[in-house]
Amino acid sequence: MKKSVTETLKNKTENRPGLDLYRKLYLIRQAERLIIRHYPEDQMKTPMHMSMGQEATATAVCHALVTGSASGRAGSMHLAAPDKGLLCTSAVVASSIPLAVGAAFANKRKGNGRIACAFFGDGALEEGVFWESLNAASVMKLPVLFVCEDNGLAIHTKQDVRQGFKSITEVVRNFECSTFQSDSTDVEVLYRLVRQAVEAIGSEGRPSFLHLKCYRYLDHIGIQEDFDLGYRSKEEFEEWFKRDTIALQRKRLLSQGWSEAELAEEEEKINRHLEKSLRNAQAAPFPPSEDLHRGVFYETH
Amino acid sequence: MRRINFGEAIREALWQEMERDPQVFVYGVTVPAHSKIFGTVAGLAERFGPERCFDTPISEEAMTGFGLGAAINGMRPVHIHIRIDFLLLAMNQLVNMISTYSYSHGGNVKVPLVIRAVVGRGWGQGYQHSKSVHALFAHIPGLKVVLPTTPKDAKGLLTAAIRDENPVLFLEHRWLYWAEEEVPEEPFSIPLGEGNILRQGNDLTVVATSWMNVEALKAAEVLEKRGVSLEIVDPRTIAPFDDRLVIQSVEKTGHCIVADNDWLDCGFSAEVAARVSEKCFGRLKSPVKRIGFAPTPCPTVRCLENEFYPNAEEIIRTAEEKLGLPPIDLTKEDFYSHERKFKGPF
Ligand SMILES: Cc1ncc(C[n+]2csc(CCOP(=O)(O)OP(=O)(O)O)c2C)c(N)n1
Ligand SMILES: [Mg+2]
Repeated sequence: MKKSVTETLKNKTENRPGLDLYRKLYLIRQAERLIIRHYPEDQMKTPMHMSMGQEATATAVCHALVTGSASGRAGSMHLAAPDKGLLCTSAVVASSIPLAVGAAFANKRKGNGRIACAFFGDGALEEGVFWESLNAASVMKLPVLFVCEDNGLAIHTKQDVRQGFKSITEVVRNFECSTFQSDSTDVEVLYRLVRQAVEAIGSEGRPSFLHLKCYRYLDHIGIQEDFDLGYRSKEEFEEWFKRDTIALQRKRLLSQGWSEAELAEEEEKINRHLEKSLRNAQAAPFPPSEDLHRGVFYETH
Repeated sequence: MRRINFGEAIREALWQEMERDPQVFVYGVTVPAHSKIFGTVAGLAERFGPERCFDTPISEEAMTGFGLGAAINGMRPVHIHIRIDFLLLAMNQLVNMISTYSYSHGGNVKVPLVIRAVVGRGWGQGYQHSKSVHALFAHIPGLKVVLPTTPKDAKGLLTAAIRDENPVLFLEHRWLYWAEEEVPEEPFSIPLGEGNILRQGNDLTVVATSWMNVEALKAAEVLEKRGVSLEIVDPRTIAPFDDRLVIQSVEKTGHCIVADNDWLDCGFSAEVAARVSEKCFGRLKSPVKRIGFAPTPCPTVRCLENEFYPNAEEIIRTAEEKLGLPPIDLTKEDFYSHERKFKGPF
């Protein structure tokens, strides 16, 4: 049934988060596309781990954390802020999880009402430190949001040879920890779920665990597709791609009254911003060699 | 004799030992998966089946203790880590359990466990994918630590490690996988604990580990042009460390440079320096000089990474200083360039 004009306009003004969420999704996707375009130039001498396909989980969680906290500025891209619980990232599986537990402990002691958030993949569930952290947070009733981004893969290994349990949320439910799960790629569905999980931390006075199914479009490392490797099928990708998070959200915005031209303009803004970032990065000088020795220990300023 | 590379030599040792002894099995995170640990386990799962070559949960500590449990029950596990940095998660099993097991049983129990781990370097590996820290392991009584440099050594030493009745750490520098040389086809082993004179010389001794042997060979080639002959000693096994070759060499040359592929402080280079000063005190013509990583975590950006790692040039300059020679012009020298060899993604 066709919606009336007033109805769609009402949706449009009320659904500000919808556009903000779309901007973030689009930004992540386009940033990765930009990297893919320029990676072969060999200027970025570093491995790449692309999240393409999984944008909705990070977007939903970060957006809920930012807008849910008094000091946050929606739409900001500087989300690696300690007061949002994003203290660090680590290239050693699961090793940042306990930092969130310690951060939550500090927040609780300070009484600042903040929560800490740990992001990790399904592979992290196999590490002892995940269970140790979950248990400590549960027994200490700490304000931690555990977010498991479950793409079913650890590099090229599927879960059937790695995990001896059927449902992680069933297991975690037995801890003093609220559990939430979804296999949606709809960023708004996820956003609402994250809000619930965050609210539960406050109302229940204990951690929350979010289990989010998602799908990685590209290889674990590098900028290429990898369906030829034989560990997963292109059909699987095509199934997920039907529910591509960006396409879904774009369609929703159009149905809620945004025009094609308006969205194109938003997208153009983001692309220009990315092009500018790229130029800044290209123009930025390399650090001088003395920099090697700086910062091994805290330096007084 | 046919030439094969370092990775193929490791694969051949695994293959032949698995053929010889059905108790040998190979396992670890991503082991049988697509990239095959730099090709070193290619075809093993197909040939020997999934019970003897398999993937595991990402649970380093548990799977290391698993190896101990299997080893003391008659199996001969080879556990593989795609970076040493991940093996560090299993330090408890390694240091509290594995290294002490034989001792706590009066030497009456065999612990035939091999742990292979890769030392990363370059292309932004950064501080969590590039450690060597071999001295950490060599520090612990009850663990053997092998650092192969050449393809032939890789095959012979891995074969010996698998046949050894004790826990052995086998640490492979990823840049060495491309090195090629003649390697005998038939199974053979090189005793653990025996060093190797990689190059004969008279003027100065360089004791080098792992990749630093490649840098030392390049330095020797350059110095030879000005009439300086380096002797290069590759200890190959740093625990137990048989220092005889080193001592003999330093007694001959009177000069010693230790080029270790690791940090210097409290490291293997300090061990070598201590032994040389203890055993060659009166014969030394100059103090032992150590060359290794900068005392910082490994940076990610290429220009700082180049500063972080020691190289042939540093060995050349140190040798010149020791021998009182003016610095030679190096601008025309063609040093190893990873840039030309390797472009991502990992
Ligand atoms: C402790 C540790 N072991 C092994 C690795 C090698 N490794 C890198 S990524 C990865 C898979 C991680 O899977 P998952 O946690 O599901 O994250 P995803 O990349 O799928 O998001 C592995 C095993 C590592 N980085 N750290
Ligand atoms: Mg995963």
